[in-house]
Amino acid sequence: MIKINSLTFNYQNNVPLFSGFDFNISRGETCAILGPSGCGKTTLLYLLAGLRQPTSGQISIGGQLLTRPRPQTGLILQDYGLLPWSTVYENVELGIRVRDFYGPDGKHAPDNFQSKNNISVWLERLGLSEVADKFLSQISGGQRQRTAIARTLALEPDLLLMDEPFSSLDAITREDLQNLTLSLCVENNLTLVIVTHAIEEAAALGKKVLLLNQAPNKNAHIFDNPNAGQKNHRSSQAFHELCDLLWKEMQHESA
Amino acid sequence: MNRRDVLFATLGLILIWQITALIVHRPILPAPWEVFVVFFKELGNGLLIHFGVSLWRVSAGMALSVLVAAPAGLAIGGSKTMDRFLSPIIYLLYPIPKVVFVPVVLLFLGIGDTAKITLIFLILFFQIIVLVRDQAVGIPPQLIQSLQSLGAGRRALFRFVYLPASLPAILTALRQSIGTAVAVLYISELFATKYGLGYYIYYQGSTLFNYPAMYAGVVAMSLLGLGMYFGVDWLERKWCRWKFVS
Repeated sequence: MIKINSLTFNYQNNVPLFSGFDFNISRGETCAILGPSGCGKTTLLYLLAGLRQPTSGQISIGGQLLTRPRPQTGLILQDYGLLPWSTVYENVELGIRVRDFYGPDGKHAPDNFQSKNNISVWLERLGLSEVADKFLSQISGGQRQRTAIARTLALEPDLLLMDEPFSSLDAITREDLQNLTLSLCVENNLTLVIVTHAIEEAAALGKKVLLLNQAPNKNAHIFDNPNAGQKNHRSSQAFHELCDLLWKEMQHESA
Repeated sequence: MNRRDVLFATLGLILIWQITALIVHRPILPAPWEVFVVFFKELGNGLLIHFGVSLWRVSAGMALSVLVAAPAGLAIGGSKTMDRFLSPIIYLLYPIPKVVFVPVVLLFLGIGDTAKITLIFLILFFQIIVLVRDQAVGIPPQLIQSLQSLGAGRRALFRFVYLPASLPAILTALRQSIGTAVAVLYISELFATKYGLGYYIYYQGSTLFNYPAMYAGVVAMSLLGLGMYFGVDWLERKWCRWKFVS
């Protein structure tokens, strides 16, 4: 699904965050990107979203070289991704309206895009029907994140990119939304890439955990976590062992 | 703004006017009751036409300035290149008091409505362009990127982000400019016209020395400004509902 070949990226006059970096993610796989602040987690996500371009090297998604945001990729950010002047319904509808605005041109919307109003279905699925007419200032942080997820899934993406989407939520809401995200990925056969700074979140969500280090990242440091998403995974021995391992690796790197 | 508070404020101002008129006790400051009687009488004697002409001029000036300055502000705020080249020019021109151009504009555009509307346009244009540009620049980049990830290009960003994000700024600029616009309207109507509240007030006060009628014109001009102020408030409540929810 995602192939990163010899990726090099640096911001102007800065040390490269990635240098000759290779990494692959299979279709339907969940991958958590973990690492200390400034290691390039969010930059890698933006590169995958097509919002930034590699200095050198290539990223291809679904066999297509990535040169701009692709219509089949959904991006969910921690904050700011929703329009404060729109209601929950209007926010969920936004992606569809943007596609209607351009039509199926293959650039802003997929070639085979056909406008359909599936908003109520997603509002219902994410438990937002009762707040559909509310503005963002009237709903909780968890409901905002659900709105962002609903908006993205209404476009029926094949790849979901999430940048620390649950970091500002309380523990119970966070776990609830993590479980919801995983079940939605299974239901819709989505490939998930989530950036997080929380070890437990990475170990709970990613079948593959990519640990980034201080720049420049040359080799992908990958931890396989095949039981992620399974029932009772969080209370399993494997989960705790992975958390311990990730913790030690991060401490070792920072030392 | 609470309607009851506005009513009480109006009554308070009328009371102060009444007391001042009693103290001054001269024809140049008639009592409010006398002015109100003349006001309603004058409505049928042409005041309504003067009001309509002034309303047209100020509304046209405001509409024109919004139609030109808002897209220009959005374009400058949404493009770093345009911002770098055009913002310094706007910031140099913005502080220049546009009222000083009254004679120049009259000379160039003649004695018709065009000159008067242009003067109002000139003042509002800079207020709106500066506020809208600042608002557009202040939009969080994450919001833009989030929309881009949904497939939004430049046109969709303007439609779905820049325009709605800047609406409150446009309305704030309009609200802040109403006082100035009406003042400039008064000055522009002192020259080369026989219609408009500015002409009416000046003619009644300085030529006919009919002070109650002059004050009736002042009341009409105040109502014009107040009506526009409430009109902008109404538009804000209609278009920016999200600002008023708790």
